[in-house]
Amino acid sequence: MKDYSMFDVVGPNMIGPSSSHTAGACRLGKVACKIAGEGIQEVTFLLHGSFAKTYRGHGTDKALVGGILGFDPDDERIRNSFEIAEKEGIHFKFIEENLGEVHANTAKIMVKKHDGSQVEVLGSSIGGGNVVIKEINGLELEFTGEYVTLIISHIDKPGIIAKVSTILAEHNINIAFMRVYRHGKGEKAFMIIETDDDIISNVIDDLKHVTDVANAYLVSIK
Amino acid sequence: MNFTKGEELLELCKSHNKKISEIMIEREKKITNSNELDIINRMKASLGIMKSSTEKGLTEDIKSVSGLIGGDAKKVKLRSEKENPVCGLLMSKAISRAMSVLEVNAAMGKIVAAPTAGSSGILPGTLITVAEEFDLTEENLIEGLMSASAVGMLISRNATVAGAEGGCQAETGAASAMAAAAIVEMMGGTPQMSLDAASMCMKNVLGLVCDPIAGLVEAPCEGRNAIGAANALISAEMALSGVKSIIPFDEVVDTMYTVGRCLPVELRETALGGLAATPTGRRLHEQIFGENSRKK
Repeated sequence: MKDYSMFDVVGPNMIGPSSSHTAGACRLGKVACKIAGEGIQEVTFLLHGSFAKTYRGHGTDKALVGGILGFDPDDERIRNSFEIAEKEGIHFKFIEENLGEVHANTAKIMVKKHDGSQVEVLGSSIGGGNVVIKEINGLELEFTGEYVTLIISHIDKPGIIAKVSTILAEHNINIAFMRVYRHGKGEKAFMIIETDDDIISNVIDDLKHVTDVANAYLVSIK
Repeated sequence: MNFTKGEELLELCKSHNKKISEIMIEREKKITNSNELDIINRMKASLGIMKSSTEKGLTEDIKSVSGLIGGDAKKVKLRSEKENPVCGLLMSKAISRAMSVLEVNAAMGKIVAAPTAGSSGILPGTLITVAEEFDLTEENLIEGLMSASAVGMLISRNATVAGAEGGCQAETGAASAMAAAAIVEMMGGTPQMSLDAASMCMKNVLGLVCDPIAGLVEAPCEGRNAIGAANALISAEMALSGVKSIIPFDEVVDTMYTVGRCLPVELRETALGGLAATPTGRRLHEQIFGENSRKK
């Protein structure tokens, strides 16, 4: 069983009213923001279950948009996130939708960018402000963002994992957990790497230069 | 230096001749691999958020996102300035501060979940008031928050602090228990007295249901934070007087969990039972979320 820190009990510090419907929603938005990167033009939030039924009263909508703007769950700008997003030229809408056999507090976040590319993230807020991401661009996977989390999108080819782990080893970064997901053999794939140590931006740049790596980004949210 | 039961915590306090807060800081250093100063500074930052959330609802006009609550904390404060409060000035201050935090939370303001957002008023409301009334220092307050976290950790680990699992007894009950243990330590009581106070708090509200109107963290949550603050002060006073809990802390925690699991799902944060299911509760739900919104 996990050892609770004193700040797990007296905390988290957050914008109310609900750790699951507000703080967790903000974290989901922030993961989508990190994955999408710069240049977000339009976001559609598909809200499922309790998120769909109660999002207005819990400020889930404002928290999701706040997350898209890169805010943390304790950022007081969340309350005015709609106005801030509009000022930044980011359009957004909310659609209540049945997303199937998923956790009651689940959202699918569909991001359209200025360069025409699209990113889709599906994740659930599982209580206490904690989240779990279940899908990126239609590919099923799983991570929580509690550790420093590195996502690498690449082509499924021999030797890529070795190249990536070598770069991390060279920077003395310890891998706590690592999983690999792919659409099919030789097709687009993802590595989810959770590490014990912080990853500085020049390491990310090195990873991006590995042959057949399409992109690399950090989605740590704690 | 780790512990998973109240009994082990008391043993550690005894063998090292330390307060609960001192044991907790040693444990925190070990499990998070951080130094004492960083931990203290982080708790100081949390205390800052707590203080401002206790003040905001007493000085500003607050309305929750749904419009269900707001302004009640201020009423209690205003009366205490004009009249002699029937529950005493210290109690009146503690409950108005606890209510303020809940209103700030419901209005999308910044709070510290302690242990949850729905029970976030009790710890700051009581501790800040006790520190003010007895001229205690900020260091005392930070130590109080640390010993409170020891009790919260034990309840989280051995039972639950989620209303969806254990009802309101698990949320505001746990918050009261944390606050009572902290107040006892701040007032010079022993670790055993702290756990006695925490036990009393949980026993006093055993079986309390979680039935939020429209499913929102607003009502009856605000009132239950007020009585949670009172519960903490009452239990701390009894423990400091030497009153013991006949049932030991660990057994009370186990019982709170068992009782929580016995509660029907309607009374565990689903807004399907209790006050949420009253004609008025249903009408408010429809007003806030629109008709047919109660379909499950």
